[in-house]
Formats: sequence, structure tokens, C-alpha cells
Amino acid sequence: MSEYAIAADGLTKVFKTRGGLVTAVSELTLHVQPGETFGLIGPDGAGKTTATRVILGLLRRSGGHSSILGYDSMRDTYAIRERVGYIAQQFALPADLTVMENMQFFAHVQGVSPRQQKQRIPDLLAFAGLGEFTERLAGRLSGGMKKKLALACSLVHEPQVVLLDEPTLGVDPVSRREFWHLLGKLRAEKGLTILVCTPYMDEAERCNRVGLMVNGRFIAYDTPKAIKRQVNGRLLEFTPSDTPNTLALLQNPSRLGVDGILEVQTYGAMLHLFVDDPALRVPQLTAALSAQGITLDGLREIEPRMEEAFISLIRRQEEERVDGKRLSVVGTA
Amino acid sequence: MLRRIWAVLQKELIQTLRDWRTLLIQLSIPMIQLFLFGYAISMNVEHIPTAVSDQSLDAASLAYVQALQASGYFDAVMYVPDQAGVVAAMDASEVQAGIFIPPDFAGKVARGEGQVLLLVDGSDIFTSQSAYNAATAVSQNHATDLLLQKVTRAGMVSDDQTLLPLTTSARILYNPNLDDLWFLIPGMLAMLLQMQTVTLTATAVVREREVGTIEQLLVTPIRPFELMIGKMIPNIIIAFVNLLTIVGLGVYWFGVPFQGDFGLFLWLSLLFVFSGLGLGLLISTISQTQKQTLQLISLITLVGTVLGGFIFPRYTMPRWIYYVGYIFPMTHFIPIARGVISKGVGIEYLWEQVTALAIYVVLILIVAARAFRERLD
Ligand SMILES: Nc1ncnc2c1ncn2[C@@H]1O[C@H](COP(=O)(O)OP(=O)(O)OP(=O)(O)O)[C@@H](O)[C@H]1O
Ligand SMILES: [Mg+2]
Repeated sequence: MSEYAIAADGLTKVFKTRGGLVTAVSELTLHVQPGETFGLIGPDGAGKTTATRVILGLLRRSGGHSSILGYDSMRDTYAIRERVGYIAQQFALPADLTVMENMQFFAHVQGVSPRQQKQRIPDLLAFAGLGEFTERLAGRLSGGMKKKLALACSLVHEPQVVLLDEPTLGVDPVSRREFWHLLGKLRAEKGLTILVCTPYMDEAERCNRVGLMVNGRFIAYDTPKAIKRQVNGRLLEFTPSDTPNTLALLQNPSRLGVDGILEVQTYGAMLHLFVDDPALRVPQLTAALSAQGITLDGLREIEPRMEEAFISLIRRQEEERVDGKRLSVVGTA
Repeated sequence: MLRRIWAVLQKELIQTLRDWRTLLIQLSIPMIQLFLFGYAISMNVEHIPTAVSDQSLDAASLAYVQALQASGYFDAVMYVPDQAGVVAAMDASEVQAGIFIPPDFAGKVARGEGQVLLLVDGSDIFTSQSAYNAATAVSQNHATDLLLQKVTRAGMVSDDQTLLPLTTSARILYNPNLDDLWFLIPGMLAMLLQMQTVTLTATAVVREREVGTIEQLLVTPIRPFELMIGKMIPNIIIAFVNLLTIVGLGVYWFGVPFQGDFGLFLWLSLLFVFSGLGLGLLISTISQTQKQTLQLISLITLVGTVLGGFIFPRYTMPRWIYYVGYIFPMTHFIPIARGVISKGVGIEYLWEQVTALAIYVVLILIVAARAFRERLD
């Protein structure tokens, strides 16, 4: 028995498609401690859903090993299903059942006794803020309420582990915050182990640890803090008077004659710029750009967030793949 | 296990009842189809529009034409002078049958040489067959009447004595329509039950996959076969309500007598219903979308109806097609239904088909359960 709530070692999933073999998950290794909230983050098509499904035993694995609470994903499928809650990404609860009927259905199926149901279902509905909507058809709930109902349904058998695949997809920011508030309560009160797939970086920040997944593998696997530290340099934020031009110049710093520029990212109308030493570079930069007739508005140094770290790490990964070094060399110079 | 089946069953029942419009359609389809079939068949072959060319116009010929019309099969809609006129009317699709009576009919009948020419539009197979059968039967009956009259007149028997007790027994033969419906109702029962059970099951599963609820169901401890059973039961109930509707209408409305043991028939129908459910599940595992499912089902129903002997007798089929027919459960069930309903025979005459159907059910459920995986891939 492993002491991990969720474990994967060298987990691989290859799909056979008409176009050939697709490796959706490639030698993924992750270990989630009991009570931990782990974020599986990555862009679309990274393999988050596939990894989750294989770990749950919904898909056959092509290689490696995985288990939940020590139960093997393939062999002990039903032991896992009795102890785990899951919200699928393309999640759908029977739309023509009411909120209450949905809860009761999943409770029955999970073998929750009627006595326990009587107490637990109202609690969960109140917890999810659905207490007033018990008679409403699930199909008529708003997107956010549907997700909360899905969460409530997945918790009805008091699982020790929940796997949530993009649980806040298509939900407004307020509902998203509420949803995470619910997760936080569960974590604190019940010690629930949570694995959450998400493309949202603000959600990644809420996890104890995250795995940054690209093309089926982790390019980073650590606490959000440590991951942010992996980014080279320090981050400046500003709004240039002429964004396209500035971007072009900064992407080719030798033309500008300023050293120590590591990376530039767009952020709406603003630019995010990684430099080696702000104290040294800010004056140089302002001077060089004003020589080109560009002024910088609201220039300041900010803490890199997961978002910047994420883009930076992915970019570094891509460039290492393409031509080995360029930016990393600049970074360490 | 029972608890989970019960949970699925409850869910399915709620969903079925909530969608009452669909349920209503499902329950009325058999009725509508039965009426369509029942009336289309009995109306087509009766009242065949007929052209009459009577060149005798004597008492005998008039009596004969009268007898033809009285049978209900022929309506003399036009009178033409000669045979060419009959053909012309048929060419123009004004009539589907024609009667040509040559001159001096009465005299020829008296001499025992009476001849009538019946012309039938062969492009409509059902009409031409019933026209042919009806005309033959009416003629024979008419001839018998004439013979009887002759014999009676000759004083060979008294009026109250019947020489040829043929008239009554011949009358049943005159009613080939009723035979058609007798022949058709068991087949229709088979076809409708099959179509509904297959469709209901297949779409129930495919819909679950299409709207994505299947993934949420699969991660619960429900075993695939529990899900299968839970989903099947409401469909079995619907199928049986329809079965009762068809049999009830057949017996009480169309007057088709139910000759055999009704209880036995219900049991054998249950077996047949299971074959449809298995087939439906199998189809649902093969097809990915509702559209594919429906297309597969209509293909299977069509081919199964033809090869199963619903309309065309199976013994006329080429060998290999005959054997291909065994793939479809209807092939096994139609003889059972005909045997019990029309002939009134018991299991002792049907055990071969019943065994075949039972083996079929077991095999298809095993195949369907294996194809119906607990995983997504
Ligand atoms: N059933 C399947 N058959 C073939 N290929 C698949 C299948 N499911 C997923 N893939 C492929 O595997 C890769 C990973 O997909 P996956 O859905 O796991 O990504 P994801 O990280 O969840 O993306 P998203 O954020 O869009 O949900 C993609 O290239 C996808 O096309
Ligand atoms: Mg996904």
C-alpha cells in the first residue's frame, strides 16, 4: 500500500487513431499526499483529461502504473469508484432529473443508506447553495449551479479523494471564487484530497502543488512558489505608447542596444518584460525607447504570477526543443 | 447490486415518465401502424374497380356479373362494348380488372360450356392475386348454384335436400382478406416489438453517451450489466403494453381469433423482447451518434422484416439468404407467433424455433455485455 492518495509512475497513454498513434500522456509521474490539493495545469490538449481518466480507470493505460488510495487503477476499478468523486470535464448530470433526484440517484448508486441520505443530502445542498432549488430540473440550472450540483453529487458518498476536471469551465468569476471557497472548506474540514485540472492560472495558485503539463509531460512539478522561482529574471510591467513597435523592438533586443532582456510577454495592452536587473535596465530601456519616440506608461516591477511563469516555462521548453539554448544562455549570462 | 439496479431503474422510470410526449408516441405507434396495415390491406383488395364487357346481356350473364359484384371484390365501374375496351380502360388505369362475357352466355351455360374471360392488372401483385382468387371462387360458387338449380329443376332431389353442401364451406374461402390479416398480425407484432425494443435500448444508451452523462455514470460503482438491466426494464414494460395493444386490437377490432395459449405467448414474447434489447445494446456500442444508431436500426429492421418471412415466404429464398435470415431474431419469432396465434399450436410444435431464439438471446446478450465496457475506450 502506498501512502499516497494519488500516485502515478511513468504513466503513459497512447491512442490509436486513424491518423496514427497519439501519445496523449507520456511517462507522467506524480504523487499526491492525503489532504493535498494538486493542480494539473496545462494548455488545451496537454493531456490533463486523459491523465485523469487513466488514473480513474476510465481509460486503459498503455504503460506505467497508477493508483488511488493504493488501489490500482485498472485492477481495483470498483474499489476506486466507491471511494472517489469525479467531475468530468464534459460533465453532464441527467438534465431531466431534478436537483434532488440527481442527488438521490448518485446516493443510491453509491450505496448511501436512506438514513444517511436524509441527513447528508440537505447538508450538501445547503453547502453548495442549492437548498432552494431542490425541485428544479438539473438542465435548467445556470452553469455555475450545475457545477456546484456536480460537486455535491460527487461528494454524496463522502469520498476521500476527488478528481475535478476543469470544474469551473465556463463559469463566471464570482461563481468560480465561490466554487473554490467550497473546495477550501472541504479541504480544511474533511481533509479531502483534491486533484484539479485547470487551464486557469489563478486557480493553480490555490493548489499546494501543481504539475505543469505540456504535450503529455510535466515541464514543471512543484509548489506554485517554487515554480515561480524557476523563472529567470525579474518582471517589469508597463504600457508603451506604441505596443506593436515596442514588442518588435524588445523581441530583438540587440537592435535596441540594451542587454539583459530575457523575455517579453503581452498582457492586454500592457507588456510584461523579464530583465536580469531592474535597477540597471530600467533607465537604459527608457532611454533607448524614447530615442525611438516611444514613451512608457505606468512602469513598475511586479511579482511574477503563475501566468507569467507558465508562459515563460512553456516558451523556454519550446525553444530548447527548437534550437537548444538561445534564451537560456542569455538568461545565465 | 439490486440496490444499484433499482437506482438506475428509478432514474429511467422518472426520465421516461417525464418525457411523456415521447412515451405517448412510443405507445401509439403500434396502434397507428396496425390500423394502417389492417385497413390498407383489406381495402386494397376489396372493391377492385372493374370494367365489364357483356356481349350477351342475358339473364345468365347479368346474374353472373351480379354475383361478382355481390362478393364485394369487384365494383363494375364501367361498361364497355368489347374486349379491346377493357384493355383500353386498364391501360388508362381506370380499372384494375376486366370481365369479358362472349355472346350467348346463357345458351353456353345451359350446354355446360360457359366461359368468361377475366383480365387482371398484373402490375399490382396483391390486387391481381385477390382478383384472381376471388373471381375463381365466385365463379365456382356461381357454377355450383347453377348446377344445383339444374339438378333441382330436373327433379332429381327435392328443394330442401342439399346435394352439394359446398356453398357454406366455399364461403370461407371467399374471404381471403381475413386470411391476410391473420397472416399479417403475428408478423406485425414481431416487427413492431422488434423495432421498438431495439430502438428504445439503443437510443437510451447512445443518448447517454452523446450528452456525456455516461462518463459520470461509469465512475460510479454501477456495473455495466446493472446499467443494462436498469435501462432495459422500462423498455420491456413499454414493449409489453404495445404487445397487449396489438393483440387486443387484432382480436377485438379486426376479429383475428387468438387460437393458442395466451400465457405461453407472453412468455415467448418476453424471450423475443430480450433479443431486441440485446440487439439494441449491440448497436449502441457500435454506433457513436443517434443518427448512426437510427440508420443501423432501420437497416436491420428492413432486412430482418424481409428475410424473417413477414411478407415473403422464407422457403422461396435462395439457400444463403435463407441462412442469413437466422441473424435476425424475427426469423425465429414469426413462426412462433403464427403458430400460437393463428394455428393455436403449443410448445411441442415450436420447440425448435424457441430453442433457436433462446440460444440467440443468450449469445446476443453475452456479446452485447462484452462490447458494453466499463471503460470509455
Ligand atoms: N479518445 C481519444 N482518441 C484519440 N485521441 C484522443 C482521445 N482523447 C484525447 N485525445 C488526444 O489526446 C490529447 C490530449 O487530450 P486531453 O483531452 O487529455 O487534453 P486536455 O489537457 O484535457 O485538454 P483540454 O484543456 O482541451 O481539455 C489531445 O491531442 C487529444 O486530441
Ligand atoms: Mg481536458
